[in-house]
Amino acid sequence: MNAPTPCKPRVAVHKFSSCDGCQLAFLNLGEDLLTLAGRVELVHFAEAGPLDPDTDADVAFVEGSVSTPEDLERIQRIRKHSRMLIAIGACATSGGIQGLRNHANGAEWVAQIYSHPEAIASLAHSTPIASHVKVDFEVWGCPVSGPQMLAVVNALLLGVAPRDNADKVCTECKRHGYPCVMVSRGIACMGPVTRAGCGALCPSLGRDCYGCYGPAENANTDALAAQFGRQGLEPQAVVRRFQSINSQAPVFLAAADKARMGCDE
Amino acid sequence: MSEQRRSVAIHVPVLARVEGEGALDLRIDNGAITELRLRIFEPPRFFEKFLEGRHYTEIPDMVARICGICPVAYQVTAAQALEELFGVELDPWARAMRRVFYCGEWIQSHSLHIHLLAAPDFFGCDNAIELARIAPDEVRRGLRIQALGNELMDLFGARSVHPVGVRIGGFHGAPSMARIRDMREKLRAALPEAEALIRWAASIQMPQDDQAFFSVAMRHQSDYAIETGDIAASDGLLIGADAFDGHFAERHEPHSTALFSHYRGQPYLVGPLARLNLNHDRLPERVGKLLAESGLVLPSRNLFHSLLARAVEILQALHEALRLLEDYRVPDSPWAPVTPRAGVAVGCTEAPRGLLWHRYEMDEEGRVINARIVPPTSQNQARIEENLRLSLLNFGLDLPDDALRLHCEKVIRNYDPCISCATHFLRLNIER
Repeated sequence: MNAPTPCKPRVAVHKFSSCDGCQLAFLNLGEDLLTLAGRVELVHFAEAGPLDPDTDADVAFVEGSVSTPEDLERIQRIRKHSRMLIAIGACATSGGIQGLRNHANGAEWVAQIYSHPEAIASLAHSTPIASHVKVDFEVWGCPVSGPQMLAVVNALLLGVAPRDNADKVCTECKRHGYPCVMVSRGIACMGPVTRAGCGALCPSLGRDCYGCYGPAENANTDALAAQFGRQGLEPQAVVRRFQSINSQAPVFLAAADKARMGCDE
Repeated sequence: MSEQRRSVAIHVPVLARVEGEGALDLRIDNGAITELRLRIFEPPRFFEKFLEGRHYTEIPDMVARICGICPVAYQVTAAQALEELFGVELDPWARAMRRVFYCGEWIQSHSLHIHLLAAPDFFGCDNAIELARIAPDEVRRGLRIQALGNELMDLFGARSVHPVGVRIGGFHGAPSMARIRDMREKLRAALPEAEALIRWAASIQMPQDDQAFFSVAMRHQSDYAIETGDIAASDGLLIGADAFDGHFAERHEPHSTALFSHYRGQPYLVGPLARLNLNHDRLPERVGKLLAESGLVLPSRNLFHSLLARAVEILQALHEALRLLEDYRVPDSPWAPVTPRAGVAVGCTEAPRGLLWHRYEMDEEGRVINARIVPPTSQNQARIEENLRLSLLNFGLDLPDDALRLHCEKVIRNYDPCISCATHFLRLNIER
């Protein structure tokens, strides 16, 4: 093997509990993947081939949530070996869809699905990476997209901090000129409280945003929940709107709890 | 050497180039395999439980998250099962476009697997980036085909990972004529590339490793089954999706977070090679011709033919998408109205990795009472263990540990296991 060029940053991609979809932001780059592989040194990326989980890296991208006893220890090792740690995707930034188990009796669920529950090692909670180690940058989204990841990598290659866009999906709709599905069609849309980054894909198809990029900054979930109520959503349906892909993001969690109080009345 | 008992433990921390986390425990004592277990320990993600209480409109977006590589399979299977229960009359446009959408996923997933996951093994490379140094044109071609599959999924889903276009009753939106014209051009241009891919795949020297096994796949009366058809097995079984439970049994083995499936008490194969074994008579003429040229004799009992089977299915999917888009029109409405009803919804489709079966019990308001999902990789799990055992005996247990490990990895990759689906990392521990 050729000796690595000294100026190429060493990049690792690690996976925790997830669907593998955020790593695909790299694997689905098409021929750009080979360009990327020329600009950085991929030192660990199990799905793509390079294996060296405990090697030192300049940048570690981490996909997935912490959900097993082994994960707790592995994330500490990764942090120790990484100059910069970037959490990518809903699982790594909010605990992901599997965070829905945090309110349930996990042990009971295991017993219902598996006949040897004692053999299943699973923590009661699925938690984001930042709950365990210092995270230098978060890329939200379920899934993160290729352009989002390339923007982060390019920023790092240029030696500048990646840009965080915590604005709302609504701003992307306006920019693209998509008609507002809530105003024009009365559809209960999560766009007003959801972080931008996807390009307002759902409204582009005439449907509701379902919050897969997590909460935007200054999200007014109270106003949105009230609006959902006026649109005829039952309190239970409002809870479900906030309890989906990013259920454990604090803003969505609080909004769901508030809506749940409406269910008890 | 076999007389003298060695006890060696090898730890390969992660099996590369599979989707998910698993491990293999192999123990060889006095020249015999005494333990062989494929352990999947992707943390359980409890999807079946999350779905309980959810409204039918939420299901496509939720089940997509089971797998980033084959979300379309999950969405379409769920949608079709529910549409049948609710008695929704889908517009023929929506039916045809679901199949095109699904073709996109086959193209993407198969090309990713061939070029990024499987092929490096057969050229002595550790990964596709190394392979690209010795076979740059082939790898670039593969990445282009994969990108085209993604584009086809984008067309209907706005993105290829967790697409957002499927709704119960059809699609949320319909692509414009201009975008379809553009796509047709690209699909046409990709046909010769996919034909060249088949020739390349057929030229790769594969190990001889014939084994007896049941093939299980969906079968359609006229088409190459993707999203519709009955369930067929190589012993002549032909049943509807609702009879799956009576013929296929799942059980939990303590060493895995995925459930193991059996047919007639035995492991069975699902996926591209099983499909080709059962349905090669349903391939379009041009694809059949390329298959005949490749020299692959079907049914094949050698899992190393899986890579070629994927290449054949890429060409098939390109042809199919092109055929279905030939007389494309923008529909009046991309979806039909839906009225939920209580009952049991059952459905299956052919995910890129094989048969995917869903069952939902729904209440009268269209909420899930309980759900069951049987993904392809858990069905293949028992077969992978059996295959490894037979392959290793054929390969020779006295070979060095590294050679055994690589051989095991190759065998496992033939199945393109999606451990995220089945629940991920392969760690090989050999003891002798």
